[in-house]
Amino acid sequence: MIWRVDVTHCPNRNDRDAQADAIESQLSQFLGRPSGHVASRRIFLIDSDSPRPDIQRAARSLLADPIVEHADIHEIAPSHYAPSLLEIHLKPGVMDPVAASTEQALLGIGLSVRAVRTGRAFTFSQTIEPQLLTDFARKFLYNPVIEQAHLTPLLPTSFAVARQAAFDLRHIPLRNLDDDALLKLSRDGHLFLNLTEMQAVQNYFKHLNREPTDIELETLAQTWSEHCVHKTLKSAVDVVDESGQHLRHYKNLIKETIFASTQSLIASRNDGFCLSVFKDNAGVIAFDDTDAVCFKVETHNRPSAIEPYGGAATGIGGCIRDVLGTGLGARPIANTDTFCVGLPETSSLPPGVIAPRRVLQQVMAGVRDYGNRMGIPTVNGAVHFHPDYIANPLVFAGCVGIIPRSKVAKQAQHGDAIVVIGGRTGRDGIHGATFSSAELTNTHADEFSHAVQIGNAITQKQMMDVLLNARDAGPNDSSLYSAVTDCGAGGLSSAIGEMGADLGAIVDLDLVPLKYSGLRYDEIWISEAQERMVLAVPQQNVHALLQLCQSESVEATVIGSFGNPDRELILRYHNTEVGRMSMDFVHDGIPMPTRKAIVPSNPPPSTSTTAPLPTLTRENLLATLADPNVASKHWIIRQYDHEVQGTSVIKPLVGPQQIGPSDAAVIRPKLHSSRAVVVACGIQPNISDPYHMAVASIDEAVRNAICVGADLNQLAILDNFCWPGVHDERSMGTLVRACEACRDVALAWNIPFISGKDSLHNQFTDATTGRVIRIPPTLLISAIGIIHDLSSCITSPFKKPGSTLLYIRTQADKPSLNEQLASHKLVAGLIANGITLAAHDVSDGGWATTLAEMAIGSSLGASIDPGPLASRDHPLLPRISSYILEIETPRVPELPSIIARLDPSHLVASEILGCVTREDHIHFKLTSQSLHISLDDLRQAWRGTLDW
Amino acid sequence: MANVRVMVLRSAGTNCDRETQHAFEQAGAAVERVHVQRWIETPTMLDRFDILALPGGFSYGDDIAAGRILATELTTRLGESLRRFVERGRLVIGICNGFQVLVRTGLLPGHSPVGFDQTSTLAHNTSGRFQARWVGLEEVQGACVWTRGLGAFELPMAHGEGRFVMSSAKELDAIERSGQVALRYKGENPNGSERAIAGVCDASGRVFGLMPHPERYVVESQHFDSVGRRVRDGVSMNAEAVGMKIFHNGVSACG
Repeated sequence: MIWRVDVTHCPNRNDRDAQADAIESQLSQFLGRPSGHVASRRIFLIDSDSPRPDIQRAARSLLADPIVEHADIHEIAPSHYAPSLLEIHLKPGVMDPVAASTEQALLGIGLSVRAVRTGRAFTFSQTIEPQLLTDFARKFLYNPVIEQAHLTPLLPTSFAVARQAAFDLRHIPLRNLDDDALLKLSRDGHLFLNLTEMQAVQNYFKHLNREPTDIELETLAQTWSEHCVHKTLKSAVDVVDESGQHLRHYKNLIKETIFASTQSLIASRNDGFCLSVFKDNAGVIAFDDTDAVCFKVETHNRPSAIEPYGGAATGIGGCIRDVLGTGLGARPIANTDTFCVGLPETSSLPPGVIAPRRVLQQVMAGVRDYGNRMGIPTVNGAVHFHPDYIANPLVFAGCVGIIPRSKVAKQAQHGDAIVVIGGRTGRDGIHGATFSSAELTNTHADEFSHAVQIGNAITQKQMMDVLLNARDAGPNDSSLYSAVTDCGAGGLSSAIGEMGADLGAIVDLDLVPLKYSGLRYDEIWISEAQERMVLAVPQQNVHALLQLCQSESVEATVIGSFGNPDRELILRYHNTEVGRMSMDFVHDGIPMPTRKAIVPSNPPPSTSTTAPLPTLTRENLLATLADPNVASKHWIIRQYDHEVQGTSVIKPLVGPQQIGPSDAAVIRPKLHSSRAVVVACGIQPNISDPYHMAVASIDEAVRNAICVGADLNQLAILDNFCWPGVHDERSMGTLVRACEACRDVALAWNIPFISGKDSLHNQFTDATTGRVIRIPPTLLISAIGIIHDLSSCITSPFKKPGSTLLYIRTQADKPSLNEQLASHKLVAGLIANGITLAAHDVSDGGWATTLAEMAIGSSLGASIDPGPLASRDHPLLPRISSYILEIETPRVPELPSIIARLDPSHLVASEILGCVTREDHIHFKLTSQSLHISLDDLRQAWRGTLDW
Repeated sequence: MANVRVMVLRSAGTNCDRETQHAFEQAGAAVERVHVQRWIETPTMLDRFDILALPGGFSYGDDIAAGRILATELTTRLGESLRRFVERGRLVIGICNGFQVLVRTGLLPGHSPVGFDQTSTLAHNTSGRFQARWVGLEEVQGACVWTRGLGAFELPMAHGEGRFVMSSAKELDAIERSGQVALRYKGENPNGSERAIAGVCDASGRVFGLMPHPERYVVESQHFDSVGRRVRDGVSMNAEAVGMKIFHNGVSACG
């Protein structure tokens, strides 16, 4: 039978229930009147034959806290909740980590348990009209994609069981279809393959003289998806101008721009800095003589648009697995996150779209709960607000790992066992990879709810612990396995397909451990259930590996082997062959037609700002600081554990009050070494010209890294392209220009790209009105670098009263890449030689904002008298490649000679802006007036906007 | 002192075991990180050690409540081993999630004789959310061997369930009288703990738990303003930091 246990706060203790209090105030606002008291409760539904005293014991000693909580046990549905109740339960089949742990814990104290489910509920002291309550809940409390709301207490007589599928091998007649029918098949089957691709599949099976099975089609759809193969960035492109005049041709766009620039830098540097680029799950650079560090940044936009919490959590979870699956496995040492969302106070929403504020709260919570549980510090990130992200929020999750240099290479061997390790396979996330190739509409939430994934960080933490042990568990610290990769988009299909590309593979799908019975063989193959990785294990090590996994309660199962004579992918189920294709066709059969790209002859102006420029007044400076794109993100930062592992040196909030903005993170992965890793990012989607946008994004990432003391020669970068769409030739042109900018900057600044990712279909069509919302082309640049001695690091807050403030920018108003580089080099040099006490870049908000942020972080004031140089630049607008530095005043006389040495060609200009004071305000001496703004006012403006 | 042996306990979701190991090693101890399954297989293995350390993390995901499932596992499956260890006067430290576990086993603030009835709890922060930041702390002079000589200092905290609540005001008075309140927050009370309590010990002073993380401040570079302190005051990034005192105290107390 099913028992229901309700856990409530003890009525006799004067405890606040913060969660219920927050809902009470939200509800009062929603109703426009005081809502009355709200109380929360946790619900456990336990399918058990144990007698009531046992359930009672479990409820009191395990489920409820004996000091502050109370448990009620019900055998029949309670009816005494008054006056209003709202309950939220997960839909059947949705991963419920708490239920799984509870089930294990109940078994551990001797109960007989078949299954557990959990829910949450709220009781209301006043009667609330059911429709209003439902509307409120939908908006603020739950996500109908994965959860169900009930207005009466739920106590089912049995739990729903998963849909059972009998084995039935399905062939899909394809050989005789015409083009229209091929396209219809692609659409109806959610394959998202275009006509040429469908024709290539058709030809292949015509050639084999048989029809494909469903699992074969699914395998091709996964492997050929934009998400897995990046077919747009790898396509051949004819670049023309607006008159159709041919300009240039790329045989493979990304290979000949970004990849080529890296290859050229590797050859010219010849310093062993880049150890693995663009081929593994993350890019790898040298850290010291024994270790390397790797960095990967992923996007997880679609799942996050539909289920922000689960989408963001599995986004960071997947990125962590990328790092675990780099080389023979890197140990994650830092996470990053960047979010792009609609304006926080947007009131009118397109149908089916979640409000930006809730999206941001939920994606933050997803990254928080996954990252914190994994024990990886989240140290760097950004949030960008723009109205056109309203329906397509962007979630970028990054992970940095450390790996012995001897473990960077891997290669599955002929005869190796295929071992799947970690979580079990369920129906979660089916079609996630192909889904990323589709455009969102307001019906997608229903159609693709099965693409939603819910993570279980602890399962992944256990898997990580075992994997990193197994990596070094063989003789002489050798690895028990010869290759590893993560199960991400496309599930086993992608992971095994990738690892076995040169070998072939045979998989027995019956052997894959399942969360519940009844999955079809093709569902097992393409499921994107989280927390799984695939290993290639030499047969002689299989026993040792499985034992190691068992000793830490991590499931590991042999499901097949790599290597067969014809390098085929062979899939079997119930002793029947359900799929057989050559690896060559799976990986290289995708047709790559030539795309056309139009590049405008006269690029639009580099900023989209058309509003009249504000002058530097008290109100305008405070308003700029309060702009959500400038304002302090402490609300997010404080919920991330950035201290775990004990390695963070420069944390996201710095200065004596822990409130100053940090330009970049510095971590010390080996506490006995003074070497450090710097992590920074740049994102400038407000610039409309794609070339300048890309340059500015790289410039921002580089400036952020330099401001904490990074060495320009020890810096590498990653690209993440998020585009609105690339169907038409003009959009393709913007992508080409951004790639060209990346190549040009990398070559000019000697900073190699080492990894990247793209998400090219971020537009939304409101199916009822036909309105299309396109995100601005967005390029996130993430930077990673090595700092030889962390004692050379600095931070942005002012350090000493009396010190001198220096404004630095290029001589040229529109600098060349070479002139920009000169500015970065000068600042890096001024920091390296020790005369610089603080540095901060002039970014969104201009130099006045930069000064204000440096003051806020320090609680020191400043007296500012801008000279001709600063007066040339708008005090409230960003200025590329420019900085403000705090210099030791006694050493100011040395400045001219130091600068002459660092910038021999005089490409960079500098001017003294003023000095740091002990006062509690900033004083600006302007030509027209004097401004006097207190630090309290600056602090309140900057910290108030997002103080959620 | 190299013969002081520390067992750092691991379970599913433990994530501060490596830095806790590092801190004890810096204090001169020999450290083994042991998975709870190994201990369950051989309950007597604990007898080989002088100190049991329960590190931070999210044991079993903190599902149900922080530390709840591991606490239940310890009392139901390892109760005798644990009881014997404590009765022999060996040392126990629980940090953050480890403190939550010790409180839920009933070992803290503890009973005489040693027993497993829970008399206090670490409830959700009054803010209702997880918070990671540095807090001011002050040693309360009393029974605790781990906190001697700490005075006023700072450590990072990172938790969502750290509000110390005792079953009654009378019980709270009792542990104050017996010198079992070892640490209080100084300045702001970050989670709403009763009487700003940040750490407690048992009557012997040898079993100790605290919410902030001393193992995350064993060297100056870990301080939130280490760069400012270096630039302004010339403090070396490699100087030993105050968190180490707790580990030195623990190791010394084994002598």
